[in-house]
Amino acid sequence: MPNTEIPKLEDYSPRSLDHFFLSIKASYDKEEAQCGGIPEKIEELRIRWVGRKQGHLKSIVETCLKTAPAEVKSALGVRFNQLKVHIDQALAMASSDATILSTGYTTVRAASRTADSIDITLPGIRPGLGVEHPLVRTMNEIVGIFQRMGYSVGVGPEVETDYYNFEALNFPPDHPARDTQDTLVVAKQEHKSLRDRLLLRTHTSPVQIRTMERQPPPIRIVIPGKVHRNDAADATHSPIFHQVEGLCVDENITFSDLKGTLDHAMKELFGSSVKTRFFPSFFPFTEPSADVQISCIFCGGKGCRKCKHSGWIELLGCGMVDPVVFDSVRGKQPGYDPKKISGFAFGMGVDRIAMMKYGISDIGLLYSGDMRFLEQFA
Amino acid sequence: MKILSNWLRAYLPALKVSDRQLADDLTLRGIAVEGVFDLGSSNGSLFEMDITTNRVDAMNHYGIAREAAAIYDIPLLPLEASLPAARPAKRPFPVRIDAQDLCGRFTARVLRNVKIAPSSGEIVERFQLLEQKLIGNAVDATNFVTMAMGHPTHAFDLDKVEGAILVRRAKAGERLRLLDGTERTLVADDLVVSDEQKALALAGVMGGWDTMITPATKNILVEAAWFDPGSVRRSSRRHGLHTDASHRFERGADFAAPPIASALVSRLILAAGGEIEGELVDVVVPEFAARTIARPPISLAVGEVTRILGKTVEDQPIDAATMERYLTALGCGIQPTSGGPYTVTLPSWRLDLEREIDLIEEVARLHGYNRFSNTLPNFAGSVVELPWAAKEKMLRGKLLAAGYAEAISSTFCSATEAVTFAPQPNSYVPLGNPLSEEVGCLRSSLVPGMLTMLAHNLNREVDDLKLFEMGTIFTGNTDRVQERPSLVLGATGAAIAPHAHAEGRAYTFFDMKGVAEELLAGFVTKSSYFDTFPAASGLMPQWLYSGRAARLVADGETIGFFGQLAPQEARQRKLRQAVFVGEFDLERLYRHALREPAARELSRFPAVVRDFSFTFPDAVQWRQISSALLGLAIAEMSSMQSMEIFRGGETVSLPPGHYSILVRTVFQAQDRTLRDEEVQGWWERIIEAVRSLGGVLRS
Ligand SMILES: [Zn+2]
Repeated sequence: MPNTEIPKLEDYSPRSLDHFFLSIKASYDKEEAQCGGIPEKIEELRIRWVGRKQGHLKSIVETCLKTAPAEVKSALGVRFNQLKVHIDQALAMASSDATILSTGYTTVRAASRTADSIDITLPGIRPGLGVEHPLVRTMNEIVGIFQRMGYSVGVGPEVETDYYNFEALNFPPDHPARDTQDTLVVAKQEHKSLRDRLLLRTHTSPVQIRTMERQPPPIRIVIPGKVHRNDAADATHSPIFHQVEGLCVDENITFSDLKGTLDHAMKELFGSSVKTRFFPSFFPFTEPSADVQISCIFCGGKGCRKCKHSGWIELLGCGMVDPVVFDSVRGKQPGYDPKKISGFAFGMGVDRIAMMKYGISDIGLLYSGDMRFLEQFA
Repeated sequence: MKILSNWLRAYLPALKVSDRQLADDLTLRGIAVEGVFDLGSSNGSLFEMDITTNRVDAMNHYGIAREAAAIYDIPLLPLEASLPAARPAKRPFPVRIDAQDLCGRFTARVLRNVKIAPSSGEIVERFQLLEQKLIGNAVDATNFVTMAMGHPTHAFDLDKVEGAILVRRAKAGERLRLLDGTERTLVADDLVVSDEQKALALAGVMGGWDTMITPATKNILVEAAWFDPGSVRRSSRRHGLHTDASHRFERGADFAAPPIASALVSRLILAAGGEIEGELVDVVVPEFAARTIARPPISLAVGEVTRILGKTVEDQPIDAATMERYLTALGCGIQPTSGGPYTVTLPSWRLDLEREIDLIEEVARLHGYNRFSNTLPNFAGSVVELPWAAKEKMLRGKLLAAGYAEAISSTFCSATEAVTFAPQPNSYVPLGNPLSEEVGCLRSSLVPGMLTMLAHNLNREVDDLKLFEMGTIFTGNTDRVQERPSLVLGATGAAIAPHAHAEGRAYTFFDMKGVAEELLAGFVTKSSYFDTFPAASGLMPQWLYSGRAARLVADGETIGFFGQLAPQEARQRKLRQAVFVGEFDLERLYRHALREPAARELSRFPAVVRDFSFTFPDAVQWRQISSALLGLAIAEMSSMQSMEIFRGGETVSLPPGHYSILVRTVFQAQDRTLRDEEVQGWWERIIEAVRSLGGVLRS
């Protein structure tokens, strides 16, 4: 057994302290090197240095730390801890199994079966990362698909005027959507003309108008955003939900282009084997208008409970931009002449897509901040 | 709406496809069959339909049969509306339309000596399959005709009608008892069918009680009319009466239909006995005729069809012959003009067709959307990122890495919350029709939503939480609403949860401060600091715990407030443990540029670490100590940190009102190994600076 030389601590000046601890450290390093990696010798080394009864560290505590004057104790303590961390880590590395885990300035012996082997089946120490919200994740995924197809991102206000939310999008004045039963409105709007009344946008489509008013064709934007409707909450309805909308305007944009674009996007989102199907539908601001179904992502189209045994799931609405929508922005941007340009628009519910992708049965969970729900998306 | 396949087939003798195929083909053309139910061998199928609101013409059997005829290019039988010869009348039944702006057409036919009896034959069979209630032959006849061709009609007990029929505006306050037994008080904007004494029916919405058909009815007046869609919609809304008739009239009925509907109803009633008296009285308002049945043709260019629709899966544009066939089958009249566009006359039952694009849509629809090819448009132009997208992404990335979960809370809050948390006094926006009072305002802050979410979790025994939300807050007033992007942090419980290998640690103010520092470090700022004010100053939000909260200021602007939640707020929300919350103004933060990383040369020379242990009176804050040390401007001091703070204990005793702090300094030069004398010199200057603050060196 080598005879360790523990030097004397002359005084408590920083220089003496440094010298004292550095020379102890050097002694340890030298002894460890002499062990040659032989487990029995390393075990002896371990007992000699950190043994609970007569280890050197123990005696340094007894002889130096406890007897030191109060005002130097903290400086001593810091250096002692550094030494201890060094020795602990070195020992851990020297043994074939790390028997000691070091956490900063305090070391904790892992709950172990024997001194030399740790219970590796104990849980690891997870660093505790945050969790992306499933709606944000889904929205980013959808937006990313269109960005890769050359779309810029557009956004707009959540409180809109009747003009941008309805009138410019060709909703007639008495359209049911304009009713307060469907739309949440800001208080005290009665004294204003209908078009100036403020409401919570019911869709992200007003951003189409705002963008076209600002920017001449060609346009390719994708619009993610929060929207609201006067809906009582249940498992599938929420007064708050999210949409991603898109608009593409240029010369020679056709219905075929709309079909191809959405078919491509759905394949990106749900996998290349997904098929799309287009049905005539009706929206005030598009014509022709279509509803789009994708082949069921759960059964591949054979029919299951999720697709009501049809093999198809309805996912989005779209259509060619109605000429009257172009007319409504021509005052500000004469380039939107419906005889020269054409375009398509589409919109999808992010909540529904997220619920489908992740098997979420209650839309309310998305807006609850419930940690038990959120941590599933880690 | 329910449709019988066999009823459709009665109009389409040449239809060969199966019911299921028919349902699929209709659906793909926008006449959506949501469900197909087998009714047994000879009964065909029941189709559950979902017809879009613009296609009122297809909300009946004949209209759907017309679509099928167009799809398969097969003949559609005309409606059988022949009637027995009428007994001459002394004079035509008097009908007058007073409200010529609300009623476009009114037909009246008098049936005498009818026999009110249960329906029989075809009506009974079809009603039973449709689960439609049978009432009696006259009322069943009107319902049957609505289902057959979509035009609502009404049968009045003629003996209860006093004098002429007048279609007029109601008198304000006029009362009318309707068929549902309710008595309604009318306003001057309600259109009524009346006689010379009283209102008989709320036009286009519901008939009246007094003139309803009873088993004793002997003589009937059959009404088949066309009412202004807007008028019907207003009355229907006003009185909360959404009826099958109002549903159809308010979407635009067929102006040409009343005489045919009248004939069909009369035929069915007369089957049980009775006779017609006089010819059909048919009053037409020319202005409405000009807008409907006689509206001008529109032009359609083949080139436009291709420009909008593109090519079919055969890589061809839709050819002229195909286009002509589709439009003709839908009831359009097509006159080609040499070389130019077509002139297209429009069917009276399709008021939704008004423009060229409407016809293009019809061509696409009948061809089948899925028979157009999938192409991708060429792209020219550049992609523009939102100016703050990268900043938002950086913040989100840092928060996720720091262990915060993203949450999304309600956009709404109560008026009390809006007032309490608004960044400026009384700057918040109430809603006109909130879902409930607790959500009566737009959120003026993200804090109440965060507190609700923290409480939600704590109430479910989830005690260790780190959440954030990024969203819009709304300030201003009901005339001008300002929207600002905001970030809220909320945390409670353990910052590090205890586990098998180490003890846990509670979340503190300094955890949140650290996050604020990390977030701010992502931006370029000239100067930033944290400060705090006493509660009485009014400079700190009242929802924060006075003395345990701080303000973050960057380049002279307040970026946000954070700290422990005020006890009164915590109590009110029954939060049973300390909660930390902070809100940051992202609009202000986003005004700063993102910090671009820049690498510096790493020194090849050794660093020297020096620790100092000082005792300070409590009044001296770290900010003063650090600025005193930094103020020395020692270029070689590469870092300076507070390592340990204690206020006395078992091993160390301190004078009361004092604390001890261990400061670690690191010295390093780029160009040389530091000499002991140099370090010693700095050491002395540091001690001197600390002494001037009232500090005492302890070692
Ligand atoms: Zn399925």
